[in-house]
Amino acid sequence: MTKAKNPDLTYPDLSNYEIPEDKLAQIEGMRDAEKRALMARKAELEECECREGMFPNPMASRRSFFAGAAAAAAAAGSLPMVARAAAPPGAKEFEVPSDPTKVQGRLTNDDGGYGSRSQFEDEVRWRFPTKTKESSWTMTPLAAGMGMITPSGLHFERHHGGIPTINPASHSLIVHGMCDKPKKYSVADLKRFPSDSRINFIECSGNGLTEFKAPYLKTVQGTHGLTSTSEWTGVPLSTILDEVGVKPGAAWILAEGADAAVMTRSVPIDKAWSDAMIAYGQNGEALRPEQGYPIRLMLPGYEGNTHIKWLRRLEISDKPFQTREETSKYTDVVKDGKARQFSFTMEAKSVITFPSGEMKLPGPGFYEITGLAWSGRGRVKDVEVSTDGGKTWHLASLQGPILPICHTRFRFPWMWDGNPALIASRCIDETGYMQPTIASINEVRGVNGHPKFASIYHLNGIMAWAIGADGSVVNAVHKV
Amino acid sequence: MIKKLTVPSRGATVAAGALVVTLSFAAVAGAETFGFGTTPTEQEIAAVDIDVMPDGRGYPEGSGTVAQGKEVYASKCAACHGENMEGVKEAGGAALIGGRGSIGTPKTKKTVESYWPYASTLFDYVKRAMPFNEPGSMSNDEIYAVSAYILHKAKIIDANATMNAETMGKVEMPNKDGFIPDPRPDVFNYR
Repeated sequence: MTKAKNPDLTYPDLSNYEIPEDKLAQIEGMRDAEKRALMARKAELEECECREGMFPNPMASRRSFFAGAAAAAAAAGSLPMVARAAAPPGAKEFEVPSDPTKVQGRLTNDDGGYGSRSQFEDEVRWRFPTKTKESSWTMTPLAAGMGMITPSGLHFERHHGGIPTINPASHSLIVHGMCDKPKKYSVADLKRFPSDSRINFIECSGNGLTEFKAPYLKTVQGTHGLTSTSEWTGVPLSTILDEVGVKPGAAWILAEGADAAVMTRSVPIDKAWSDAMIAYGQNGEALRPEQGYPIRLMLPGYEGNTHIKWLRRLEISDKPFQTREETSKYTDVVKDGKARQFSFTMEAKSVITFPSGEMKLPGPGFYEITGLAWSGRGRVKDVEVSTDGGKTWHLASLQGPILPICHTRFRFPWMWDGNPALIASRCIDETGYMQPTIASINEVRGVNGHPKFASIYHLNGIMAWAIGADGSVVNAVHKV
Repeated sequence: MIKKLTVPSRGATVAAGALVVTLSFAAVAGAETFGFGTTPTEQEIAAVDIDVMPDGRGYPEGSGTVAQGKEVYASKCAACHGENMEGVKEAGGAALIGGRGSIGTPKTKKTVESYWPYASTLFDYVKRAMPFNEPGSMSNDEIYAVSAYILHKAKIIDANATMNAETMGKVEMPNKDGFIPDPRPDVFNYR
């Protein structure tokens, strides 16, 4: 058996690059977040017999070891049987019996009526270490994901003024501006309208910002973790627009949140009429507070920042409002020195989540390559996988249902011969658009006026992973 | 009785069809609506209608001078944005001035002076989100004043300027022509 890869905690030297200061801070912050997570894993691996194999899960083995030791000690009368507090977030710690068939299990509904995950599952979001914890973001652990739905508690986050605590009974949505009948809706009012449910991804347009020029972060959580998929339930915005009677000449709607940032974005009214929704449900229950409880705007396929959370106001107007988040931020400087604005659509993209960075294949043989593909323009039509660095591409099978503007799981059977390999995926959406290489994106856009480092937003280029002869998997973005 | 037909939309293409159905049915059925919710009072709307637009719409009553703004800045802004608006990395506060002409060069530095295309965005953002430790706490006079001070330090307005709804609506920012619409898809490898 091979020994699990000791996480390599060295990162590329950036001193040769002239990187704008704000961008450098972001890249270094992301690196530090990933480093902390890898260090924690390394520490656990060192004291664990679970080092072998491709899915090291130190928590599970270590926990069962300690739990077993504690139970034995308790049985010998040397330790009182008390629950330990060190369960992972979202879990509760329970004694582990040596044989669960020989003792009764926990009492039915003793969890108060709301379940939690196993104490042996410890996947968590990472926080990007911004200077304040109010304005910050977290990344979804994609490598551990299954199917296409992101658990609500693992959905990525981006907050600009923290997570507000809002009592839905005192929250309202005011719709006004260029309309015949301004309206004020309670959350209960909104729930009276005919509802709709859709499974859509939301992706932050900053997803991948460290990877524009060269491989930088090590794991798929770091390189692609700012995208998540949920089933969202709410009232179509078109219903509300019918109710208030939009006046001729209306072209934009300002959406505003009730957080400390009073977050605002301008939305084209065509989008508002088509598939926009005021959502109050997520994966079969109310929105999570960090996802906008009690109501958020859904603009399927648009960059995440536009999906205003804690929605309190919609103002209909003839012009965009030019808020800070659509001028100073979320704009892309391209090679002529101009900045692209209102770049709403998240274009076709895909990434292999297994095998991915910092995993280890135990040896030659069969592996199912799997990953996620998505497009803000509609359904995924095809996903192609290459295992030879992009020389040849092969169709992957797509796990149904294949829904528009939704993560789509792809799978590709692969016999690894034990030689170094370069694996990559590319997504073709129903418009025929094929996910490009990062080189071709940078060729068109330039790199923020700089030959080495690019813009920050809207990177949808091909991702690649290099598999070494020892089975180790490392970030090889730009190699395909 | 509710006669209105609302067809949930299923993505952009289908949604366009749904919209036609909805509108034509409404035209046949008259202006009937569900009628849920209430009519907000003018005061209720005014309490949340805080946005300001580039053409001057939305600026509230009030005014402030560069000199007054210097005081406001020192007490409410300098801790995070720096005594000279250079930014304070440890506090997460961005630089507000400098970098003019740098956009698109290797030394790109995005500040209010170098990058922000509209003065209205400055007033709007300060009013809704600043100062970070006490958001939404500044009076309109204070916001006009501190906007005046920042715009002056950015060499956009004179030292003796007063900002109010009229004057601030006329301020032209150095990078006002720096933005273009999104041209994507910009990499053409369709099949």
